[in-house]
Amino acid sequence: MADQVAGVKSAEELAKTQKGVSVSEFFEKNRHLLGYDNKIKALLIIVKEGVDNALDACEEARILPDIYVKMEEVGTEKYKIVIRDNGPGIVKQNIPKVFGSLLYGSKFHRLRQNRGAQGLGISCAVMYSQLTTGEPVEILSSVGDGKTHRYKMKIDVKNNIAQVLEEETLTGKEWHGVQITFVCEGVYREHKQSVLEYIKQTAIANPFSNIVFEGPTGRFDFKRTVNELPKEPKEIPPHIEGVEYGVFERMLRATSARSVASFLTTEFSRLGKTTADEICKVAGIDGKISPRRVEDKDIGKLVQATKQVKLIAPPTDVLSPLGDKLIEEGLKKELNPEFIATVSRSPAVYRGFPFQVEVGIAYGQSITEFKIIRLANRVPLLYQQGDCAITKSSMEIDWKRYKFQSDKLPTEPMVLFVHICSVWVPFTSESKEAIASYPEIMKEIKLAIQEAARKVSLYLSGIRKAEYQAERMKTFEKYAEETAKALEDLTGENAKKIKQLIDKVVSERSGEFQDMGEEDAEEKTKKTKDDEDGGEDE
Amino acid sequence: MVSKERIKDPKEGLENFGKDIVKQLEKIQNPDMSLPVRNLSNIYFDDKSKLIMLGDKVSHRTYLNVAHTRKFMQTVMVASGCKKLIQQGVTTSIRDLFYNMKHTIPKYNEETFETQEESDPLIEDIEASLNTLRENLHLHAEQKGSLVGPITIREPSFDTENDCTKMGASGYGIPSICEPETVQFRDCKAEFVLIVEKDAIWQRLNEDRFWKKHNCLVMTGKGQPDRGTRRMINRLHNELKLPIYVCADADVWGFYIYSVIKQGSINLSFVSDRLGTPQAKYLGLTTQDVAKFSIPKNVTIKLNEGDKKRAQELLNYVWFKKKDWENEIKHMLQVGYKLELEALSSKDIRFITEKYLPQKIKEEDFLP
Repeated sequence: MADQVAGVKSAEELAKTQKGVSVSEFFEKNRHLLGYDNKIKALLIIVKEGVDNALDACEEARILPDIYVKMEEVGTEKYKIVIRDNGPGIVKQNIPKVFGSLLYGSKFHRLRQNRGAQGLGISCAVMYSQLTTGEPVEILSSVGDGKTHRYKMKIDVKNNIAQVLEEETLTGKEWHGVQITFVCEGVYREHKQSVLEYIKQTAIANPFSNIVFEGPTGRFDFKRTVNELPKEPKEIPPHIEGVEYGVFERMLRATSARSVASFLTTEFSRLGKTTADEICKVAGIDGKISPRRVEDKDIGKLVQATKQVKLIAPPTDVLSPLGDKLIEEGLKKELNPEFIATVSRSPAVYRGFPFQVEVGIAYGQSITEFKIIRLANRVPLLYQQGDCAITKSSMEIDWKRYKFQSDKLPTEPMVLFVHICSVWVPFTSESKEAIASYPEIMKEIKLAIQEAARKVSLYLSGIRKAEYQAERMKTFEKYAEETAKALEDLTGENAKKIKQLIDKVVSERSGEFQDMGEEDAEEKTKKTKDDEDGGEDE
Repeated sequence: MVSKERIKDPKEGLENFGKDIVKQLEKIQNPDMSLPVRNLSNIYFDDKSKLIMLGDKVSHRTYLNVAHTRKFMQTVMVASGCKKLIQQGVTTSIRDLFYNMKHTIPKYNEETFETQEESDPLIEDIEASLNTLRENLHLHAEQKGSLVGPITIREPSFDTENDCTKMGASGYGIPSICEPETVQFRDCKAEFVLIVEKDAIWQRLNEDRFWKKHNCLVMTGKGQPDRGTRRMINRLHNELKLPIYVCADADVWGFYIYSVIKQGSINLSFVSDRLGTPQAKYLGLTTQDVAKFSIPKNVTIKLNEGDKKRAQELLNYVWFKKKDWENEIKHMLQVGYKLELEALSSKDIRFITEKYLPQKIKEEDFLP
């Protein structure tokens, strides 16, 4: 072999060094993919994972969330973080799995609007803690039966399973929920992308929650102002439009359906017998054969066929939007604005996934500058603002049309709150920091923002009108006395009486003469350039 | 409210002006004063009288329009100020009236009038709207024009007779109010009237006794002549049949001074019949004189953008649409320069009195 160079290894030799990598090992090397790329952000992500899980658990159990977060510095760049909720708790045997193995979770295999979805977040937080400080996490959980289960554990990275260090059951305390304690490396800051900002935005988007944050700089209370939870989201099977070859194949191999046609109708959302038959016909496959008998080459044909038949859109009533009232409550309680406009779009569909956009604009008073609050399934997004469909859509709006001062984004003191909820929010990366710019999503965001901007603009023009009106009345009042006096000198009528008449005319008639219209022509009688008689009577 | 007939009793006119406003107030209406529009859009050139006349357009100044409210108050104040003058039988200057009305509005940190520029146009508004004259409102401006030459002017109210040949270097100051009741002509021996734009030239003509040599009256309005001077010119022509010659700089501003003397002004079009003298003739200076009198080119001044623009405007005025004038203005634009009367001194200090003016008058080298 002429093209061989010295030292070439054979495939067999290479195989000795090739081995399977567990997800935990993969994370160990690639933690930035989940957002752990710096010490400031790491603290935020751990709190976020804990709080997201807590809120999800409470909501699913229909409990009004009470969440407690404590963060204290226990060494140089070393923090202890405690997150406690009043959720349903986790049954004893599941505790090691939930916290001790990556990608374990109840949510990955279903399509339902949730904060978390991958079963990755909280165990990654555990991983990060043990990686940076070597310390295990401590978990307390009770389902309300008087027993509290306490675990101290790490993750066995090689095998992606929990390594339980301590385990005990305590009695004597009636409560339900979960408390988890991490000790990890980090740097605490309070700026735009901080733990505090994340909790504040979470409080805005979840006004039905009580959140207490005891941080290194003091205690912050975010009080519940609404005593009802949003409606519960529904779980739906996937819609075939959004299913790609690999998933389709996996589902086909795993199905318990007896025929290909019944596989299609039972495993997918809104797919009836007629459509199933049509797909099989287009693919040239007998719909009555067992899914197990479908040959690999025919799977591709089936997937192709789904793109050629007319499909019914997935149901959209499965989502749980915040609604105008909750958005308004949230913005009001944390931002204390002068005016709030809210818009809820009807649900729409991208790639077979239903989604819905909601927008709130809070204007003025305590708000001093323009800011965008981005939320996906009620979770604030703090990083990668520029890559996010929400930011991009906002920048494509012609704000000047709504009388805002703007260069791409407005400069008015207001907060633009955009929430996207979906059974599957398309993030640009696993760290879930920015929403991907699908045209359907961009369009809905833009329509919602435009409508809200119109409302704010209407409000502001009303204010301007009222201010202008007040200014007019002041002007009329100012010159009334002198006018009345001069008229007395001219006519002999009593000045007081004339002043009263002027006041009466002003109060009764001034509203009718709003615009400058015709009368304004008078102003033009001022000397024009054409009228250069100049110098007379100097 | 805009009357066509010149009213006889200005005091009554002012009172009615006020009563009309009170009447509107009593009816709970937005008080509205109708005023003739005094700009280019509302004047016309009357071919018969050859004067610039006021049209029929009326504008409305109303109280319930924030852009007008202050002016509305000021207009009523000017009317009331004039009524007081008439009542007291005193005459005062428009500047005095301004100071008389100027004060701080109680409780507001604002003056009723900031500058005289605010009150002067309102006086004209009242004049035009009542179709009366400033002098009937007992107002005059500061004296501005001067006259010298063989005429005696009697002012009965002062019981004086002024021999205008014996006035020395300053000449006879033409009163701002120049009506037959206050200013009367006696023993006029002059054969024509020469009006010069500039005081400096007038001084030269007086010093050289030009009026004596050529038996004429020499006047100046020191720039754009005031109403008194224009009224004087009008009366000298109409009552004594004296020809009127105007001598101004060869530039657009000089030409327009002549125009105002001849056919009246846009701003005061409502009194053109009393202030304009359509028979006046333009003696000079013109840019065409440069060649005619071999004036050195180095005393000419290059036209600037303002000159050129104004020249185009003049060409558009109906009353400049005369062949000789169009030729002169186009010539000026073509050669691209203008010149001042003083430029004539470059030939000789007395060139204007000994050569230029006599030759022009003799040859009747005028522009219409």
